[in-house]
Amino acid sequence: MNSSATARLTTRHLAAAPGAPRLLADWYATGRPAALADHLGRHGPPPVAAAVGGRGSMPLVEAVEAAGLSGRGGAGFPTARKLRAVAERRGRAVVVVNAMESEPASRKDQFLLHVAPHLVLDGAVLAAAAVGADTVHVCLPRDRSAQYRRLSAALDERRRARVDRVRLRLHALPHAYVSSESTSLVRWLNGGPARPQGSPPRTHERGVGRRPTLVNNAETLAHLALIARHGPDWFRREGTPDEPGTTLVTVSGAVAAPGVLEVALGTPLATVLDHAQGPAQPLRALLLGGFAGTWLPAAHQDTPLTRRDLAPLGAAPGAGVLIAVAGPVCGLTETARMLAYLAAHSARQCGPCHLGLPAVADDFAALAAGRADPGLLSRLRRRTGLLADRGACRHPDGAARLVASALHTFPDDVGHHLTRGACPAAHQPPRIPVPPATPPERWR
Amino acid sequence: MSRPRTLRIDRITCTGQGLCAELLPELIALDEWGYPVLKDRTVPDRLRTHARRAVAACPRLALHSDRGRP
Ligand code: SF4
Ligand code: SF4
Repeated sequence: MNSSATARLTTRHLAAAPGAPRLLADWYATGRPAALADHLGRHGPPPVAAAVGGRGSMPLVEAVEAAGLSGRGGAGFPTARKLRAVAERRGRAVVVVNAMESEPASRKDQFLLHVAPHLVLDGAVLAAAAVGADTVHVCLPRDRSAQYRRLSAALDERRRARVDRVRLRLHALPHAYVSSESTSLVRWLNGGPARPQGSPPRTHERGVGRRPTLVNNAETLAHLALIARHGPDWFRREGTPDEPGTTLVTVSGAVAAPGVLEVALGTPLATVLDHAQGPAQPLRALLLGGFAGTWLPAAHQDTPLTRRDLAPLGAAPGAGVLIAVAGPVCGLTETARMLAYLAAHSARQCGPCHLGLPAVADDFAALAAGRADPGLLSRLRRRTGLLADRGACRHPDGAARLVASALHTFPDDVGHHLTRGACPAAHQPPRIPVPPATPPERWR
Repeated sequence: MSRPRTLRIDRITCTGQGLCAELLPELIALDEWGYPVLKDRTVPDRLRTHARRAVAACPRLALHSDRGRP
């Protein structure tokens, strides 16, 4: 998405900072992106020396562990475990900053890198010190040229000020849905296509240049940069005991003020929507997690934003994408369009994804168009059931989640479409913007 | 007791239409496009030999039987 769209989604929020922001605190205070001087004035230099481990002690890894930080890129894996796995390998490690943010409804990493680039870079540099890396690769999608220019200026600033002892390199990768997968980044950095690789070998064992490699989401690293400065107890002052800290969310759809917000984990979804000035019409459903996410009926809007509370609903905070749909809207038509996009973005390497995903998308499109044959629903369910856990990456799993949750969340629409053809709302203009469902042009 | 074994398919190298389902129908079925569906990833002791044969027969070296549980 271009940067004007980002700006449009985000700048309205100057006045409405919910709770106590951390990553976005400087932005709320000043209303402008933090240059290096602003950043250093406020936070001081990254405490790199204190992060370096030795003789069995790993101070930063231990702090991150005590803080309970988990990945903010979608999978929610404990960050300390990843750090430790890389730190314990022999040989110089590599750090990769995943700023690909390929989920079409997400803007949080783009926004964060725009307003607080040095917080993310500090995090990367500190992580590098913690795992014994001498190089940091920052990966962005190629079509975000404005973001690339800004970040390269930020890196130049750091170089001139001699802030860092590690090498920082910026890369522009092909932009496809699955090129944000961590193995895609590693494969591309090794000279291959930006397609998922599957494992083994696992990235932490043998990644970039066959070296132990830590891949972290941009936001995760920004949290790490603050933990390194303020410690785990400070980090735990927000969030829940099991899932501490704040998280960035991108709220869009039927809300008056869409944008990126920072909220404490455990905030009820409805409160998050309120911060975005809520739906104007009665809420029908929420899509949590974006295109590879989960539809939730409006009745679940009071669920706290934590893995623990969302798991029973088959959902997860993921990368913090929250889309509200309200008023007359056809959940099936919206879903069918997202699925067509996901199918087009299969990396076409694994049979079950390459063939199964388009078949599911076609079945779903027929249902949405009111052209269902008598066997459709059972075929769709069977094919959907065969997507999960049968690819080299989790792309088909995400699509399966979207399908299953749509059928569960919009039973009335399903009934109408099966028996009487497409519902009236199916002919409305789309509510959720979907990029063209065309395969990526390039992988390299 | 012998160590447990777990089946794994490298989905990128697997080309489908496989022998694996023929040699190990107890654990592997094929989907409508001929790609393997693992009914159970854990190999029971009595199927060890069959599993080994299926792994050896995969022309793409895509089927693996790893040591340990899933
Ligand atoms: S599962 Fe799909 S997207 Fe993932 S690697 Fe295989 S073909 Fe590519
Ligand atoms: S024999 Fe090998 S390549 Fe053929 S379907 Fe089975 S796993 Fe795939």
